[in-house]
Amino acid sequence: MSQLPFDPLLLSIAAPLALALAIALGLPKRWSVLLAYGAFAIPVLMALHVWFYFGDVAKDHGYAFLTRYSTGLDGLGIGLKLGLNGISLPLFVLAALVGLAAGLYAIQSGAERLKIYLMLLLIMQGGLMGVFASVDVFFFYFFHELALIPTFIMVGVWGGRDRSYAAMKLTIYLTLGAMVSLLGLIMLYVKSGAQTFDLIALRDHLAAHPLGATLQHNIAGLLLFGLGVLVSLWPLHTWAPLGYGAAPSSAAMLHAGVLKKFGLYGLVQIALPLLPDGLAHWSHPLAWLAVIGNVLVVGLITIAQRDLKQMIGYSSVMHMGYAFLGIAAGGIIGPGGVVLLMVAHGLSVALLFLLATAIYHRTQTFAMDEMGGLAQKTPVLAAFFVAATLASIGLPGFANFWGELAIFVALWKFSPLITALAVAGVVLSAVYGLRSAARVFFGPSTEALAKVTAAHPPADLSWQEKIPALILLAALLFVGFWPKSLTGPINAALTPAAAAPARVVPSAPSL
Amino acid sequence: MNLEVVKLAAADNQWGAIFPELMLACIALALLALEIVLPKKLHAYIPDFALSGLVGTLAGLLFNFRSAALGHDTFNGLLHHSEAGQVMRAFFLLVAILVCVLARVSLAKQKMPRIEFYHLVLIVTGAMMLLAQSNHFVMLFVALETVTIGFYILVSYFRTSTASLEAGLKYLVMGALSSGLLLFGIVLLYGVAGNPDLPAHTASAMNFKALAQFLAANPHHFLASAGIVLVLAGVAFKIGAFPFQIWVPDVYQGAPTPVTAFLAVGSKAAGFAVLLILARDVFAAYAWLVTPVLIAMAAATIIFGNLAALTQHNVKRLIGLSGVSHAGFLLLGVVAAATVPMAQGAIYFYLFAYLIASFAVFGVMTHVAGANDSDQDLDHYAGLAKESPFLAAVLAIGLGSLAGIPPLAGFMGKLFIFISAFQGGARWLLALAAAGVVISIYYYFGWIKAAFFEQWMPPADTADPRPARTPVSFVSGLTLGSLALASVLLGFYQGPLGQWLTMK
Repeated sequence: MSQLPFDPLLLSIAAPLALALAIALGLPKRWSVLLAYGAFAIPVLMALHVWFYFGDVAKDHGYAFLTRYSTGLDGLGIGLKLGLNGISLPLFVLAALVGLAAGLYAIQSGAERLKIYLMLLLIMQGGLMGVFASVDVFFFYFFHELALIPTFIMVGVWGGRDRSYAAMKLTIYLTLGAMVSLLGLIMLYVKSGAQTFDLIALRDHLAAHPLGATLQHNIAGLLLFGLGVLVSLWPLHTWAPLGYGAAPSSAAMLHAGVLKKFGLYGLVQIALPLLPDGLAHWSHPLAWLAVIGNVLVVGLITIAQRDLKQMIGYSSVMHMGYAFLGIAAGGIIGPGGVVLLMVAHGLSVALLFLLATAIYHRTQTFAMDEMGGLAQKTPVLAAFFVAATLASIGLPGFANFWGELAIFVALWKFSPLITALAVAGVVLSAVYGLRSAARVFFGPSTEALAKVTAAHPPADLSWQEKIPALILLAALLFVGFWPKSLTGPINAALTPAAAAPARVVPSAPSL
Repeated sequence: MNLEVVKLAAADNQWGAIFPELMLACIALALLALEIVLPKKLHAYIPDFALSGLVGTLAGLLFNFRSAALGHDTFNGLLHHSEAGQVMRAFFLLVAILVCVLARVSLAKQKMPRIEFYHLVLIVTGAMMLLAQSNHFVMLFVALETVTIGFYILVSYFRTSTASLEAGLKYLVMGALSSGLLLFGIVLLYGVAGNPDLPAHTASAMNFKALAQFLAANPHHFLASAGIVLVLAGVAFKIGAFPFQIWVPDVYQGAPTPVTAFLAVGSKAAGFAVLLILARDVFAAYAWLVTPVLIAMAAATIIFGNLAALTQHNVKRLIGLSGVSHAGFLLLGVVAAATVPMAQGAIYFYLFAYLIASFAVFGVMTHVAGANDSDQDLDHYAGLAKESPFLAAVLAIGLGSLAGIPPLAGFMGKLFIFISAFQGGARWLLALAAAGVVISIYYYFGWIKAAFFEQWMPPADTADPRPARTPVSFVSGLTLGSLALASVLLGFYQGPLGQWLTMK
């Protein structure tokens, strides 16, 4: 039965937010924690439901489960319109899964002031579900900001080293990115002449009256810059490793895993169909920035990292480079690969952050030089970590492989030279990935670690830690072995966008 | 005078149209009378009387929102009643209510006569309400002077505090200067418009409609332009726009916190109500002059306000300078209002969002401040989240809304202003405003950081130099809680208000 008596999308947004409100109004701690299980589980159930029935239900412009709620701004063409298409569906499922894992991990972490921590995490979760369920561009932006604010507070209050500085830097960089992309969206709204933020209506309107080339270039430029900062495009990426290094594990999981994908999602879902010429205009500078900056320079920086969490942070910046390359490459395969990579990377980086914190609890340090030989004491943790590392490198069998493969295939048509450089980056990621696994888990144990383990003999992963990790790993393997479960809808959603408007191919690369 | 003339005048003077203002005046006088009549132990209830009078007036106004006078001129064209005027009336009444709530907290820490404070607040509020409906330069000037003179006293109300007296003196000097400029501008316009050699000259040159017709017939007259610029300068002082913002930090710091709030919200909104009437309707024919002047003013105001606020440690100065930058954003809306119909609604929404957020912040400030009202340092907020989570949460929501962070009301205000500015074609100004928002995050967030992320390290040898925090009473708790909730709700759901704003 695909018909539920309620709107599954609205419920998955409202359930976490409602509990957050209840906690703010003074729900006792025991009930907060108990209900939090439900509030994190409901989005997953709803996501699995819509995923399962997505193929069968009636669609309008590729969107299923469409509903619209008025918030009093109909005069401006703003309304809470919810729905999912092939691009947002995988990310909606991703957000629900990572949210559940982050939530479960947070509940077992026993953080100080757990109630407030859970409340912020729930606001984030509600915002994330909203980002991917929104068909209205305004609410897409709105929910992103809603999810972003808790990140700042969580880094500032529950963060690790340099938390105050990291929170401030994160806030300023991300506000800059958000403001610039807001300007781009306002420009799109006003100049399209459609007087609506509704993405479907905008698409129809712009298909009939395409924007002029210069206008497209300008809007795409603003969006690329603004969203680029949010996705840590080199050289404006420095907030990411610092922020993730300081962030508490659940916040880092949700932000690096899901929220950061907002920028890429915006480019694929909004910019690509509405501003095809604009993106094509910037594709060469973007590709070079991504391959030289994000992939190679940041890849080398990642190898030099000694702090485990910072290394994961840098590695996520590097992988965003591949996503930008896929967008630059265009066509159907390129953006399709980006969506796939977003899902895969979201799962794998969340898993890595979770495991890094699990390691920290056993070694009392993030410095990889002071670890070693942990595999003998915690074999399960080691197995998880190695699997996550291999996934993030892009080994076949994991979801990441398909994403990177699709991007490389699309990129070859775009520029063989850039493809070669990008593939060289994979070697870099293998180097840092394997080296980190080796340093932490294998080889002789250091003296510093011996002291810590003597005081507190490390236990292997407990079930409370294992369940969230298993959820993420299972999803990675599932997509890895059955990519068609995602590529089918993605393909269907991207085909009309790529086919409909005529594209202007830039005559010369302009960097 | 024969009876017929009196009858005619009486027929034209529709006292019912200014019933709320009359109510305020009566309550204000009643306060003074009550202080004489009532025994001393009942004096504590006089502020409650003022507060309930204000609430009653607001309720009456809202009940009779579509009054019969709407769309008409009354008192021989001194006043013009419009829907926008009704909205601003409600706005000022709301401001006065909140100022009274804040004053209860703040005045309790001083040894001062209380009743006169409320008296002055009521009088100033009535004058602001008339100001927003004025249709004649005489009405405008008289109402503006009533507001300003009331503020001279209110700013230096804490007469034992040198900072408060200094602030009062500064406000007096700068206010007199701006009144002079405004008056000089009015006289120039009056003189030019009365010149019989010019087309469409008029005997009632102070009347806005007659003046607008005259200006439309003489769109490039030099003396008229000079007069317009001088009038704009006089209004710019009220809203704290560059280059007339120089009084803001000192006066805001020295004035009692409720008065600072009154200045920051009420006085500024009054200035914008006047500016909208003048720039959109009266000076419409001189858009070639008014628009560039406003654009330059907006740009300089946004830059100055945000940069100057970056280095402040005293929260009253900080909020004063951040208020200057808000004036810049609102000016952006005024610039757009010349051509974009939606801009007016955007400005009103922004003002309401600003009111709600500002009073939440000022409310927290009155609770954190000690007996020395001008000494409110950022350091005093360290550890607030631990000691008083309620105040810290209200503060964070208020500051977040001021900074324009979604999903709070302030963001929606900024969004509306930005959209109308883009439609009005003020692109570069818009880019500047976006940069201003990013800069403003630094100081707003610095304040939140102080309250949430920092622990208070008491100096080892001395006693704690920070003032003790005032416990939150039921009324102020209810007020602050509803302000915070309103900021959140207005961000999510604009409902009928949004429909009304976007209808135009």
